[in-house]
Amino acid sequence: MCGTCGCGTEDNGPVISKPGEEHHSHGEHHHHHDGHSHSHGDHHHHDDHSHTHEHDHNHKVLKIEQDILKNNQLLAARNRGYFEAKNIFALNLVSSPGSGKTTLLERTLTDLKDQISFYVIEGDQQTLNDANRIAALDVPVIQINTGKGCHLESDMVFEAVKQLNVKENSVLMIENVGNLVCPSMFDLGENKRVVIISTTEGEDKPIKYPDMFHTSDICIINKIDLLPYVNVNVENIKKYALQVNPKLQFFEVSATTGKGMEAWYKWLAP
Amino acid sequence: MHELSIALGIVKIAEDETAKAKAKKVSKIELEIGVLSGVELDSLNFIWESAIKDTVLEFAEKEIIVIKGKGKCVDCDTEFEMENLYDPCPYCQSYFKGILQGKELRVKALEVI
Repeated sequence: MCGTCGCGTEDNGPVISKPGEEHHSHGEHHHHHDGHSHSHGDHHHHDDHSHTHEHDHNHKVLKIEQDILKNNQLLAARNRGYFEAKNIFALNLVSSPGSGKTTLLERTLTDLKDQISFYVIEGDQQTLNDANRIAALDVPVIQINTGKGCHLESDMVFEAVKQLNVKENSVLMIENVGNLVCPSMFDLGENKRVVIISTTEGEDKPIKYPDMFHTSDICIINKIDLLPYVNVNVENIKKYALQVNPKLQFFEVSATTGKGMEAWYKWLAP
Repeated sequence: MHELSIALGIVKIAEDETAKAKAKKVSKIELEIGVLSGVELDSLNFIWESAIKDTVLEFAEKEIIVIKGKGKCVDCDTEFEMENLYDPCPYCQSYFKGILQGKELRVKALEVI
């Protein structure tokens, strides 16, 4: 079974594709089951009570002390080195579904694409919808469909960056799968992690889902145009977020109306 | 449900190390998981059986050593136990702290046959 797709076959694994292209390629996601050797000769039949327990004397204790996420971290480090060498500023955009990540991205690209060379990686379980929205702005984009997977991993980004052929001196926006839990544990090699929370989500999201806020550098509070209609105080969102991560830097914006976007742009393109 | 990815990361390490040691299978695996690591032990236990099926871990005993969270206040140097990432310093109430332990996510040891 594959860790990313949660399924038994490669056909349902992560798929990387570009808008308008029929052909897609499977990412070189490592299917852990490939390595399973399964020798039937070694099976002990449970009804055979006569076999001796010789193997008990061959027990060997191996000190491992290995980080379980080591593979992801190694490839993330490789991505980070690649980004640094090519002067690519990579952002990992994370949030719950529906916080307005794609709308924020669309607005940012529209307003800054004449100044900055952008590339976009879209992560979703299914569909090319988001990649199509970005492609409509004439920005190079590639879509990773994770299938049943709930987050992007560094090997998918590694493969997507190669296919996207990201040029030097650019900004790479990686829009993660909409999920406020799982992506927090998986370093993609980004320079900064940007968590987006919308005012409609409630004030205490940061302490309900602390891991994501703990691992982020920037917090964008989106949909501030809806504040008159929701029972939410932005200061309380910030207060909770700072309890989890006192180093967070905030931007309050409405990606729909454009309010507050200037400050975010200044940070992005100083 | 990133615990599935975690479990398969554990399987990968066990497969690699068992092969390196020229052993056939694992009889016991020791894991160290910190309470601040972001892994839900219930979820990990829930998917464990399906993740280890047909692997060297299939019949292995699993021992999870849970490591408590510990932080050190940046403002007053107090060391304190943490249950959540947002726990303040009990002495001066500051939220600025370094995490000393509790983020662990490790395969500590394998007993192979």
